[in-house]
Amino acid sequence: MIQYKNVTKVYGEDVTAVDQVSLDVNEGEIVVLLGPSGCGKTTLLRMVNGLESVTDGDITFNGESIKDLNEIELRRKIGYVIQSNGLFPNMTIEQNVTVVPTLLGWSKEDKKKRYEELMELVGLDAEDYRKRYPHELSGGQQQRIGVIRALAADPPAMLMDEPFGALDPIIRERVQDEFLAIQRELNKTILFVSHDIDEAIKMGDKIALMKDGQLMQYDKPSQILQNPANDFVAQFVGKDRMVKSLTIHRIEQLMERYDLLVSSIEKGEIATVSKSSNLRDVLSYILESKQQAVHVVDENDEVIGQVDFALVNQYMIDLADSNEPVVNP
Amino acid sequence: MGKNVVTWTVRVIVYIGLLAFFIWVFSNSYLNHLVENFEEFLVLLRQHIQLVALSSFLAIAVAVPSAILVTRPQFQRFEGVVSTVVNFGYTIPNMAILALMMGIMGIGFQTAVVALFIYSILPIFRNTLAGIQSVNSNLIDSAKGMGFKPYQILFKVELPNAAYSIIAGIRTAVVINIGATALAYLIGGGGLGNWIFVGINVFDNSILISGALPITILAITVDLFLRLLERKVVPRGARPSTR
Repeated sequence: MIQYKNVTKVYGEDVTAVDQVSLDVNEGEIVVLLGPSGCGKTTLLRMVNGLESVTDGDITFNGESIKDLNEIELRRKIGYVIQSNGLFPNMTIEQNVTVVPTLLGWSKEDKKKRYEELMELVGLDAEDYRKRYPHELSGGQQQRIGVIRALAADPPAMLMDEPFGALDPIIRERVQDEFLAIQRELNKTILFVSHDIDEAIKMGDKIALMKDGQLMQYDKPSQILQNPANDFVAQFVGKDRMVKSLTIHRIEQLMERYDLLVSSIEKGEIATVSKSSNLRDVLSYILESKQQAVHVVDENDEVIGQVDFALVNQYMIDLADSNEPVVNP
Repeated sequence: MGKNVVTWTVRVIVYIGLLAFFIWVFSNSYLNHLVENFEEFLVLLRQHIQLVALSSFLAIAVAVPSAILVTRPQFQRFEGVVSTVVNFGYTIPNMAILALMMGIMGIGFQTAVVALFIYSILPIFRNTLAGIQSVNSNLIDSAKGMGFKPYQILFKVELPNAAYSIIAGIRTAVVINIGATALAYLIGGGGLGNWIFVGINVFDNSILISGALPITILAITVDLFLRLLERKVVPRGARPSTR
């Protein structure tokens, strides 16, 4: 849906912010642009909706070069969320949320309806917030409003520039989860800038790791973690990359693979984990329980199997051997 | 809490002072001159208001648009030049501007209007400029990114968020203007300054107070009115107390 073709951005005479980047973002995917500060990830993002010009190369949106598209119309078709949420302090929450529909000339009723739908999506009371102003909301609430504002006109694609970067870790985690749940329903095409490897692994269907304006590796999170393309990638993802990669896999995937699903194991003295837990959490539970294994339970709290360290180890080895595509949580 | 106590103390002291002043004025029958020459008072008051209204209106009409203009990307390079010129205008004492204008335009109402106009530009210009420049650049960025056109960014984002500062500048300028208009008498511009200067010349407190007191009341009334306007115009979320 969004295609970078040999895109280069040069500031002034000789500062190359983005260097010959080619990248395809497929429909319905979250692609995280990841890298240290100054690596060009934000510039890369801002070139899509024309906030930064393209020095060389081309970007296409739905197959059309953005050079041929009307800049204003293009921007209204792409949701835009920034770190400091960018809510307008002079506008009420309702006015903020419906700002793009207002630009597009929607009717009052349509805007009102859309506002209420969106507020429900993030679990905020529409009536309660309608007449309130951004400064009366907490950081987490403001960021949620920032996200649904970008969704207001139902754009096919979204650009998110470290959208959750300013939130404290606990709130961030919650807003991330919430956003992933929304994304599972809406299937937007999303470009997401982050400098946080954990966030990238969690949010991204794919990660584009950048350094000094160049694309180091563009792949699924599991591939980036398990098969880093070069030293920089390996260093950036960290020494614990294999442990991090455990977060990508859910215990139920492991159990399906080995056909471990059993019915009616008696609940014993043994600790339990939910089947939607990731493998990293499972290992942590095993360590915490001071036993050899844990029981896996389904959503009804019925035990459906048992997992131990060796099994997780085997699973990771088998995955690396088969190199089979891994589904993201 | 502490801030509130100070505010209220100051307020009470001011009110007591004002009350004492009125008692002093009435016990000496200083407003007799006004009562006895009520027809003349109305004429002078009308002249005064006309001078203030016309010069303030012109100043707003020039200062606000020029401040907007020099914050547009196309004209940003002129900001320094325009600011310098406007600042320079303010460094000249207002008496001197009156004298200068008299040299150019002769005496009379128009001369006074022009002089007062020049003197009112700076506070309005400077506050408008500061107001627009202090609008968070993230807001402009997200407005742009969502597909606002440049004029929509100005009218929906920049001006509403700068409105408090702009109106504060207008308030300052108009209130100062009301006082400064007393000087218009010196170049034959009319206004309540007439009585003040006559009072000074003939050592008659009654004439002086009859000119000065209405000017004070006029200034306070206008200030109050502009405060109300500010409450009406500035969105709740864009007031400084909310930042």
